[in-house]
Amino acid sequence: MSLIEGETGKWEVVIGLEVHAQVISRSKLFSGASTAYGAAPNSQVSLVDAAMPGMLPVLNRECVAQAVRTGLGLKAKINLTSVFERKNYFYADLPQGYQISQFKHPIVGEGTLTIDLPDGSTRDIGIERLHLEQDAGKSLHDQDPRRTFVDLNRAGVALMEIVSKPDIRSAEEAGAYIRKLRSILRYLGTCDGNMEEGSLRCDVNLSVRRPGEPLGTRTETKNVNSIRFVQQAIEYEARRQIEVLEAGGTIEQETRLFDSRKGESRSMRSKEEAHDYRYFPDPDLLPLVLEQSYVDELAAALPELPDEKKRRFMEDYGLSAYDAGVLVAEQANAAFYEAVLDGGKRDPKLAANWVTVNYFGALNASGVGLAEAPIDAKKLGGLLDLIADGTVSSRLAKEVFEAMWESGKDAATIVEEKGLKQITDESAIEALVDKVIAENPAQVEQYAGGENPKVIGWFVGQVMKASQGKANPGAVNQILKRKLGG
Amino acid sequence: MSVDLGTVRHIAKLARLHVEQEQAEALVGELNKILGWVEQLGELDTTGVPPMTSVVERSQPLREDVVTEEDSNSAVLANAPDSAHGFFVVPKVVE
Repeated sequence: MSLIEGETGKWEVVIGLEVHAQVISRSKLFSGASTAYGAAPNSQVSLVDAAMPGMLPVLNRECVAQAVRTGLGLKAKINLTSVFERKNYFYADLPQGYQISQFKHPIVGEGTLTIDLPDGSTRDIGIERLHLEQDAGKSLHDQDPRRTFVDLNRAGVALMEIVSKPDIRSAEEAGAYIRKLRSILRYLGTCDGNMEEGSLRCDVNLSVRRPGEPLGTRTETKNVNSIRFVQQAIEYEARRQIEVLEAGGTIEQETRLFDSRKGESRSMRSKEEAHDYRYFPDPDLLPLVLEQSYVDELAAALPELPDEKKRRFMEDYGLSAYDAGVLVAEQANAAFYEAVLDGGKRDPKLAANWVTVNYFGALNASGVGLAEAPIDAKKLGGLLDLIADGTVSSRLAKEVFEAMWESGKDAATIVEEKGLKQITDESAIEALVDKVIAENPAQVEQYAGGENPKVIGWFVGQVMKASQGKANPGAVNQILKRKLGG
Repeated sequence: MSVDLGTVRHIAKLARLHVEQEQAEALVGELNKILGWVEQLGELDTTGVPPMTSVVERSQPLREDVVTEEDSNSAVLANAPDSAHGFFVVPKVVE
């Protein structure tokens, strides 16, 4: 448990996250308007979304399926009966005057999300619920000094609000929670998880207490739209609450708005009265009733999820929890790794090392994605084959890899062109060893004094240098010992 | 359950309704009458009876996930009191 040290002792931070995840669907939750991102303002607004009189919402079948899939991915209870309710409030980008949401009877109940911590350990965070609701439109306040511009393209797009239990205890765990949730959503294909485009948004509920004491009063920080900002908002709010309490003050239950430029949040007092949402079942919509057989069908069609894949990589390939975790975070990366293995033909640990360190390193350094990378799985596999059969030393393999990345050529061609083939021929290595021994009588003397491992290391280095790195280090070692010893 | 003047004012504010003082006082009586009438229903024993959500015995109809709307800009803005550059324009609302 991570505790924060205050002026007067230790404090425990208690965090719950509400994540709004935009459902991947072609059309909106209750209308046939498109959900495509980046369209011209108000070009994707049906008369239902604009709340014209007499319009009636009709629920999108695919959005329901996506919510159920997500619930199953979170190992959660699927509620076969759920109810849409109206959450009433006034805002310029909410033309209905209410948001259609779910309140008392959400489509998904309690579940679990397992987070992966940097030390390779895991921890289960409870999921409280998941419900379907409409997104609001978008207001632009900075275009004109006296007026606000409203775009309703986003109004009515389906969101899943995923609420965690207050099980999170640090900014680091909150980051791990969002990363894992995003990974699961992407595997399921239910949300693209793109935080820059706003398809994943996060509110932070936070309180502090002395370890072992009952929960303190919480605040809700809204508008935190990147993992880094979530972590900043948590650090800021935990510090603020501890300072207030240690100065003898009390925490007010309030909504706070995060300012990402300052890394601070401020109270949104204007929201207080608006919190009286007067939920009631939407008379335009009947309860949503699902058959268990329908849920079972969706469950049977789910892909292998990150936790299962991680377990399989550890068991079948003998990978560490850390390496397996890195590889499965993105489905495409895991698929790439398995393509490099080519059905188990190649050494899984060697492949994991090359994929996570060299390959991902090169991707990061060059800023390209997997799809545009100059080396595909087949070519990287070819290089691993040359390492495995001794054609190139692992040290020179890095040079070969760099040249492959530059040129897009395969490993065998690079080795041929650059003459990087490892020297395994005993007589060629012997000749090099003899030369180095003849040129360094002083070191030979030193070695004769008592098989000094430092000196033999020095000799290996010299022979490797003489071979321009191409000699097989194992063979060099053997021959040197034989020659020096005799 | 009954309402007082304060509750009526609060509800009116939430609903963005302008209510004069004498109207508000009259509404206290009216709303309490309605509430009293509804409360009569509580005299029935409804233990074990699930709440009725609709008078029609059918489940939620569902729509296929297809885009059926053309570019809607001119249609939705047609009745807007003010618009510019394809946006609805409203008096400034800021937090």
